[in-house]
Amino acid sequence: MTAIQIGIAGAVLLVAVGLYGLLVSRHLIKVVIALQIMVKGAMLAIIVAGAAVGQTNLAQSIALTVIVVDTIAAVLALALIVQIKRRTGTLDAAELAQLRH
Amino acid sequence: MSLHVLLLLAGVFCAGMAVRARPLTAALWLATLSAIIAIVLYRLGAHEVAVIELSVGAGLITVLLAFAISMAEDETMPTALVPRPFAWLLVLVAGGALLWLLLPALPAARQVATDAPFIIQVWENRLLDLVLQIVALIAGVMGVLSLLGETRTADATDRVDRADDAPTPRMEGGR
Repeated sequence: MTAIQIGIAGAVLLVAVGLYGLLVSRHLIKVVIALQIMVKGAMLAIIVAGAAVGQTNLAQSIALTVIVVDTIAAVLALALIVQIKRRTGTLDAAELAQLRH
Repeated sequence: MSLHVLLLLAGVFCAGMAVRARPLTAALWLATLSAIIAIVLYRLGAHEVAVIELSVGAGLITVLLAFAISMAEDETMPTALVPRPFAWLLVLVAGGALLWLLLPALPAARQVATDAPFIIQVWENRLLDLVLQIVALIAGVMGVLSLLGETRTADATDRVDRADDAPTPRMEGGR
């Protein structure tokens, strides 16, 4: 296997582990962590693809956008999680799905 | 090559531990994963993004996660909604589909054009991305501020309600 194929395989494994975390986690903070893992896999895939075609700098500029957007999404999600905990007293997604007005 | 494989295996292990562990421990595993990914990115030639990933992914996000976990004070681990064997099956199907799509396309990849320097790519070729990042940053900051402001308003309302419910003090000493 070449370094590019190894990198792509690693990225796919990271996305798969993140997807598994999304499927089995009910704790909202764990959901954010699983999303972070998936984004890291996607970012690694972008850089590996850039390296494969000799466009590492272009891939870096795209990965920079991914990092910024991912960080904003994480910050907003964590702020919402803190609010949810204060108002409902739980971070269990299944319990939150049962909430009514 | 072997170091590359070892780093990626260590990254996948950290990701697995982050999925399995309790939230605070998971945040530490995620920080370790970010550091490993930063090393891999550096070895692939993406030096600038490696530094940003190390500072933002392993630093800022970990601090924010620890802050949110300490604010929420919730370390319970509810059982999964989706049965684990079914989740594994879905993950295997998704991962297999991704590999099936990506791996055959890689040998055909070849250098298509000269790569401009990173500064030129960011500030000239991807200027629209940069503007959108600034807009997203401002929107994110305003979103967090509005959430915190809502908290202060709610706290103030609670205090007013408690003051209304309290018995009114009687005037002593007057007529």
